[in-house]
Amino acid sequence: MKRASLYLAATLMASLSIPAMAQTIAITGGKLAIGDGGEPVENGTVVITNGKVVAAGAGVAVPAGAQRVDATGKWVTPGLVSGFSRVGLVEVTYVSQTNDSTAEKSPFSAALDVSTAINPLANPIAISRTSGITRAVVVPEGAGSVFAGQGAVIDLGADMSPITKAQAFQYVELGETGAKRAGGSRPAAYLLFRTSLREAQDYARNPAAYDGRSKDSILTRADAEALVPVVQGKTPLMVHAESARDILAALDLRKEFPALKLILAGASEGWTVASQIAAAKVPVIAGGLEDLPAHFETIAATQSNVGRMEKAGVMVALGMFSGDDGLQVRVATQQAGNMVALQKVPGATGLRWGQALRAISSAPAEAVGLGDRIGSLKPGRAGDVVIWDGDPLELESAPVAVWIDGVAQPMENRQTKLRDRYASPAPGVLPKAYEH
Amino acid sequence: MAIRLTHMALLCAFGVAACAAPAKEGPKSASAKDNPSAEPADPYPSTYAPYPGQPTVVRNVTIFDGEGGRIDNGVIFFVSGKISSIGGPDTPIPADVAVFDGTGKYLTPGVIDIHSHLGDYPSPSVDALSDGNEMTSPVTPDVWAEHSIWPQDPGFSRALVNGGVTALQILPGSGNLFGGRGVTLKNVYARTMQGMKFPGAPYSLKMACGENPKRVYGERNTKPSTRMGNIAVDRQTWIKAREYQKKRAEGKEQTRDLAMETLADVLEGKILVHNHCYRADEMANVIDMSKEFGYKVTAFHHAVESYKIADLLKANGICSAMWADWYGFKMESYDGIRENIALVHNAGACAIVHSDDENGIQRLNQEAAKAIAAGRRMGINIPDEVAWEWLSYNPAKAMGIGDRTGSLKVGKMADIVLWNGNPFSVYTRPEKVWIDGAMMYDANDPKKRPVSDFELGQIGAGDVK
Repeated sequence: MKRASLYLAATLMASLSIPAMAQTIAITGGKLAIGDGGEPVENGTVVITNGKVVAAGAGVAVPAGAQRVDATGKWVTPGLVSGFSRVGLVEVTYVSQTNDSTAEKSPFSAALDVSTAINPLANPIAISRTSGITRAVVVPEGAGSVFAGQGAVIDLGADMSPITKAQAFQYVELGETGAKRAGGSRPAAYLLFRTSLREAQDYARNPAAYDGRSKDSILTRADAEALVPVVQGKTPLMVHAESARDILAALDLRKEFPALKLILAGASEGWTVASQIAAAKVPVIAGGLEDLPAHFETIAATQSNVGRMEKAGVMVALGMFSGDDGLQVRVATQQAGNMVALQKVPGATGLRWGQALRAISSAPAEAVGLGDRIGSLKPGRAGDVVIWDGDPLELESAPVAVWIDGVAQPMENRQTKLRDRYASPAPGVLPKAYEH
Repeated sequence: MAIRLTHMALLCAFGVAACAAPAKEGPKSASAKDNPSAEPADPYPSTYAPYPGQPTVVRNVTIFDGEGGRIDNGVIFFVSGKISSIGGPDTPIPADVAVFDGTGKYLTPGVIDIHSHLGDYPSPSVDALSDGNEMTSPVTPDVWAEHSIWPQDPGFSRALVNGGVTALQILPGSGNLFGGRGVTLKNVYARTMQGMKFPGAPYSLKMACGENPKRVYGERNTKPSTRMGNIAVDRQTWIKAREYQKKRAEGKEQTRDLAMETLADVLEGKILVHNHCYRADEMANVIDMSKEFGYKVTAFHHAVESYKIADLLKANGICSAMWADWYGFKMESYDGIRENIALVHNAGACAIVHSDDENGIQRLNQEAAKAIAAGRRMGINIPDEVAWEWLSYNPAKAMGIGDRTGSLKVGKMADIVLWNGNPFSVYTRPEKVWIDGAMMYDANDPKKRPVSDFELGQIGAGDVK
């Protein structure tokens, strides 16, 4: 068995050689949740053709000639989407050569583009994929400016084409971190933000005349160019704001720049201004479990934040705002499960199970404007499907099969290899190095 | 060293209690006035006293007793802070006691976190409150974590209400080879650290191997800058400690040295060694070093590669305090796997789930659940009630308090959590938490949610968290 197993790279090649086109897969018999907020249905069927979902639900007919996969006794969901991550940018967080999250010494800011750095062979990609995460919103970390750069949406497939959407949004820091990066205060952050967007407007009016090298200009030409679609509302602006006042200030940015397409990230105190967020129709990507005053900007943090915002009509997706955002996006199911747990806690506000699944599937997709392409099993969406051996939000459950764009994914990773090698710690007739 | 002695001299000149107060008991009890070598036995004594509880019964409840036992339809009775009886449905229930129905619920010993920095790296995480790592020298066994603890850390309340944590060991950080003394607390808010201190718990010594010390000091072009430098500085320090301990044991007069006092107590087995160490090969080096100098490592902490040497750890009687699934954040954690805890347990070695994190401490039961599941998927079937040892009894033993708490046995402290479902389900939360028989949290009573001074009067104070 072990002798016959292949290195991941070889597995990759094998999966690349299987064309997803002209192939119909029907996953039948499972407990199915399509990720739109609805509760799961028994005996559901998912049909995928040419890498896309054709139909999903109870009573869906299986087309003739389809490859049947029996999911009886198991759960079926869309591939999960991490709403906030650095997966693909990181191999070992504190080994700087393997971490492309941030660039402290770069002269650029808004123009930095994470899609140029995604490594589909990074081990955290495979580890996340085998845990059911098939897509991720990848957010640059930034360093020398409130503008961190252009984020991407990726797939976690075992192939060399990870980008679902490059330049999917611009990420800006406008809370305590933004203040620090702008020179030390919130006024400095907001002035930097406004001045930069005005310069982008200047650039848009006449690119040739924009002098990004002048001492008076805040932005390089590249950074100004990157902010043009932001100020024009063609590219979403993801604003990291945690405190109530920073959230309201972010919403107010549209008074001066009406076209801004805002996404709020973090929003630990969002529940205190939930009605304003809902009225502004701005989606939120939050961590869910943050409940400590880790910073003065998160004094009112509570695990009920997400539930209260949802109740007020805000669409909330979950992402990773603490811990290892490049490595541990697989805890999405645990985060979502905990939101359900709150329903049983007196005084707390949680999510229904279907809402919780939505927060880690279609909600993040919709937040970044890709709800028509990924994140649910509605017809026309990417054929990203996971079969689980139990309730996907439960700690004991794990995927048994994963498809991305209709392509079956390998279920091994470096960690499963280490596990198998050391299932019994003592070496045999040869050192462990010979067990592979 | 000169600086340290001068500092101590200054403290003594101003009549600090540690220098002037006569010690209470033991062989080191001669008055400090008479003998400059004399160590006070307990200069910062616990002032914790259990809060009043009422005689309480929980019945019809599924009990994990913390030592691997499971009782369905169980009954527990505790009074005067201690467990009085525990058993099946036929267990007699006294009259005139508070009776809670535990139908559909689970009851366990309180969770014990063997690795926490609450209080010494509190929330909010601002520089002014960051007191966990005395990174001015790689060898600081003279510092005591308890002197950094801010008892108003909001994190204590979250650990209680979401995590069911009833006791925890606060350790210094891992920037130094010898980080200093750790201390064990009851998870009960108090005005002072002393008011939280677990009465009679032994002290610990935090040590660290690997990347942290060599990075911190290597970046300053000082020793150690390598792993061999780490071990060399360790060994040189133990050589000195043995000399100090020998003199002390012989009753010879010598100037008090706080660092050496701690290390001498380690050599005499009075202080337990908790050693931050990730890699299997480094743990093996530390084990040999402990034999070279005649001390014992009680537990390796983080221990992400314990699964590679579970047999060695078993043979040496050393516990591993582990996360369920952390990996890859640094080079020495690159080989972390989710099966680590189950593999260590399966080899017959002592496994502990720890947090090292103010968020993780709120979900140690969930971390254990992930480890149980990973084990079962590879064919290691550890029953839930056995796995609970990782969360209470094993850490209690490794902290030297296993005879008093960590399991539900008659006569032990009534440190108890009633969960609103199976605590290994993601959908379960603590409903009630008792510490020494006093109800310190009740999900149904907003008045039973602790609010630290820091949060009082702030937005969200007293909210569910």
